[in-house]
Amino acid sequence: MGLEITTTKLEDLANWGRKFSFFTYPFITACCGMEFMSVAAPKYDIARFGAEFPRFSPRQSDLMMVVGTITEKQAPALKRVYDQLAEPKYVIAFGVCASTGGFYQNYSVVPGIDQIIPVDVYIPGCPPRPEQVLDGIILLQKKVGEGRTVNQMRARREAMKDKQRQSEGV
Amino acid sequence: MSKAVLDALKSKFGDAILETSSKNTDESVTVAVDKLIEVCTFLRDDEKMAFDSPVFLTCIDRLGLPVMEHRFELAVQLRSFTKRHRIRVKVPMEEGKLKVPTLSGLWAGFNWLERETYDMYGVEFEGHPDLRRIYLYDEFKGHPLRKDFPKDLRFPLARREWADE
Repeated sequence: MGLEITTTKLEDLANWGRKFSFFTYPFITACCGMEFMSVAAPKYDIARFGAEFPRFSPRQSDLMMVVGTITEKQAPALKRVYDQLAEPKYVIAFGVCASTGGFYQNYSVVPGIDQIIPVDVYIPGCPPRPEQVLDGIILLQKKVGEGRTVNQMRARREAMKDKQRQSEGV
Repeated sequence: MSKAVLDALKSKFGDAILETSSKNTDESVTVAVDKLIEVCTFLRDDEKMAFDSPVFLTCIDRLGLPVMEHRFELAVQLRSFTKRHRIRVKVPMEEGKLKVPTLSGLWAGFNWLERETYDMYGVEFEGHPDLRRIYLYDEFKGHPLRKDFPKDLRFPLARREWADE
């Protein structure tokens, strides 16, 4: 019992650290990229939230921002980049095109990136205002701090299953 | 503006010129498919024509329009920098027989435009050096800019398994 409480608290501490040090991988494909630049630049200053350092390698980042329209032809590349991200990983769908396909309803555009990878926070807008993006980042920080992102919950579920298996002595 | 081009074509090719029009200073000529190469060679090589610039090449799907004698139409826009005139060459095509000779031998710039037209409309250019899809992927079936292509038809390359959540 004592051990369990300790591990939970350790997890909380780790999550507290994680939420203030996002390493962003910007997957930018379209006009929303202009708003991403605006958020990253000094006026709106994403650095205030500890996420100021875009790494252009998925292996060095844990937050993937999918900024812009994703086409069917691009989908395998997006999936591959997501698989290469460092654990625990989070995804923000930036703008309506990434969230739902936006005003594209045709043969070439994926109707929302959640068809390909799990998404933690959706930011609406075409493109979203920088304030909306900051709001999205704060929401994600909250989620990460509480350990409620898709990736963290899956890890917890798997840990629980392992524990169950051990206690059953399989 | 480019009426001289239309007159020259009419006097030289006669019956092969199906129709001419000069609406809105936009000269266009409709040519039978078997004379296309001959007409285009003349347009490029004749001293008075000298069409040296390939502007665009595409296809028109007339499905659903009030006047539809033939469903598809090839449209080629040409321009001459030296003579300062331009012309549009159209070729009627019947459904199920979308075959035209390639123009990439005359203007190299039409190479990729013909690949795009093949990709989007399924027009086959006979004699094209490398006729395959240019924008879409090989798994894609059909030609999406045809008017009867279903709006919701997709050919996904990657989808997630939802079961693990």
